[in-house]
Amino acid sequence: MTDELFRAMARSIIDGDPDAAADLAKKAVEAGIDPLEAINKGFVPGVDYVGEQYGKGEMFLPDLVLAGEAMKAAVAVLEPEIVRQGSQRQTLGVVVIGTVEGDIHDIGKTLVATMLSVSGFRVYDLGVDVPVATFVEKAREVSADIVGMSALLTTTMVRQRDVVEALEDAGLRSQVKVMVGGAPVTRAWAQEIGADGYSEDAIGAVAVAKQLLAK
Amino acid sequence: MQPKLELLSPDLIDHVLSEAFYLLETHGVKVQDAQARRLLGEAGARVDEANEVVYIPETLVRRALETVPREFYLYNRYGEPVVRYGGDAVHFDPGSSGVHILDPDTLEHCPSRTPDLARLVQVAEMLPQYAAQSTAVVCNEVPKAIGDLYRLYIVLLYSAKPIVTGAFSVPTAHYMFDMLAIFAGGRENLAQKPLAVFDICPSPPLIWSEFGARGLVDLARARVPAQIVSMPLAGATAPVTILGSVVQHAAESLSGIVIHQLAGPGAPIVWGGAPAIFDMRHGTTPMGAIETAMIDVAYAQVGKSLGLPTHTYLGASDAKVVDAQAGLESGITAVIGALGGINMISGAGMLDFLACQSAEKLVVDAEAIGMALRLVEGIKVHTDTLALEMFASIGFRGDFLKQKMTRHLFPKEQYLPSAVLDRGSIRAWEESGRLDTFARARARVQELLAVYQRPPIDPDQERELRAMVERLARQAGMDSLPPLM
Repeated sequence: MTDELFRAMARSIIDGDPDAAADLAKKAVEAGIDPLEAINKGFVPGVDYVGEQYGKGEMFLPDLVLAGEAMKAAVAVLEPEIVRQGSQRQTLGVVVIGTVEGDIHDIGKTLVATMLSVSGFRVYDLGVDVPVATFVEKAREVSADIVGMSALLTTTMVRQRDVVEALEDAGLRSQVKVMVGGAPVTRAWAQEIGADGYSEDAIGAVAVAKQLLAK
Repeated sequence: MQPKLELLSPDLIDHVLSEAFYLLETHGVKVQDAQARRLLGEAGARVDEANEVVYIPETLVRRALETVPREFYLYNRYGEPVVRYGGDAVHFDPGSSGVHILDPDTLEHCPSRTPDLARLVQVAEMLPQYAAQSTAVVCNEVPKAIGDLYRLYIVLLYSAKPIVTGAFSVPTAHYMFDMLAIFAGGRENLAQKPLAVFDICPSPPLIWSEFGARGLVDLARARVPAQIVSMPLAGATAPVTILGSVVQHAAESLSGIVIHQLAGPGAPIVWGGAPAIFDMRHGTTPMGAIETAMIDVAYAQVGKSLGLPTHTYLGASDAKVVDAQAGLESGITAVIGALGGINMISGAGMLDFLACQSAEKLVVDAEAIGMALRLVEGIKVHTDTLALEMFASIGFRGDFLKQKMTRHLFPKEQYLPSAVLDRGSIRAWEESGRLDTFARARARVQELLAVYQRPPIDPDQERELRAMVERLARQAGMDSLPPLM
């Protein structure tokens, strides 16, 4: 019975069906199934499968994004239950991510957020046009392991440096790793502003994030 | 709506045909086979026996055109009709009869042998872009007397797809029919569900050799599909103008159809060809030239105006390695052929004026073909509204990636290339070894060969085939068949 439910959970992720995922999560809560087990044995195998298939070229970005949406829907139901039981979900790390102030480009940043999320990171996506202070406040609030910043314009890219400096001023710099990305961003720029990680694309970002937290 | 490229106005097509009819009636065609001349003479053509020239009246041609099938299918070994010759259907197959293979390590053009052909067939079998196989190279270690049927033998061992092939002599053509009949379940079934089409070539200008004419007669009587491969060389063995060459192509092809339909009314035959312009600097026959492609589309239009199935030779290159020239010539001409609505387009994999085949080029060309086929699929209406329903909940966010419709429809809208085409980031490219197209193609060939599985083949049929080829090989002076790998 439980195995069947777990299989259905994985399937809802693979199908990218948030409604089904939320329903199955509710069923699990009602049946008294450990919500952490529901995530780890039910939904996560679905995410793993999608990631694996994506890596093989058998699944595609829409599959990843919809799997992410379904995962979010499931977690939204299960998380309060986990908290209620006084437990905590294990994650690869906490990431605060956003597109810097003055820049409204969303796609690349959202892809990175989705990739990190489906890969097991807890992701706080601040959206676009995010002021420097908001990055810092959120990082402090959620005890972020990583702050990720996207910028698509050379004119807004400089804001990434501002965030790095603001993290330093706030005394957080030693506790968080900083990742930057976006079309004009280069490895050299990342080094210049003292960022820890840089990636050309969403797939690379996951590898970089894992690498940064492994150190 | 299938997008189409047309180069001739209806008036010009009529003009081409009227000059072709005039040539057939007043200039005549040389027919070097007595049996074919007799058929033509009995049907009302004027025959000059001494010079082997036949003058064919338009009425005779018109009568032949009435009995030619407008369409027919080629079948795979499982009896499924997978290639439609007729209308504007578009298919591709690898180029045929190369004598060299590009060694992917040394880049030498080496005489092709059995393992090379086996490798080409395996790669083409794995690529859905190729609707049919071809007898892609000759095997140089095998005596010429059985070279044609031996190629077919190798293809039959490794492929279940239909085959574009051809015979090198009159008796071997019949052996090849018999080989195919093993899998079709007899000669009669082979005629009902043909597994192969046979190229048959006039000799430019306006000559049907004894072998060519006999081939037409034999194919018509066996009711195995024939594919006329007329090859005017504009400026050398044909008039220098595109239209002049198209007229010659029409005259050669029409005379072939007359001989063929007299021998077997209603037998399937294809309006095909492999023309080229003649390069005035090097004396070569560039298959990748734009004018070569223009001759092809133009003659195909003439054939279509008569309601005939069509074939041509495009998607090949004159480059010597799989480089930018190979890519651009093959890609451009594949697209042109597809837009011409030509039923079978042969030539993929070929370098060096159709002399050299390359498995690596086959996998690159497959991507050009995939795109060409996508292009002729055209733009379809997939949704009730074109965009409105996609905007229903989107506001001003670029969140279309989250729409289920996106996931559902992108595979229908987008041709998804293999890793031969690099659409990744520069970082990914650097990390995967900074590979260029040829290096990626080499890797892809290895991948395909690693997962290739021989299509199921009835052991009795395989034994019968092998015994037949072994017997013919012994007659040709070979003690045993060469190793396959």
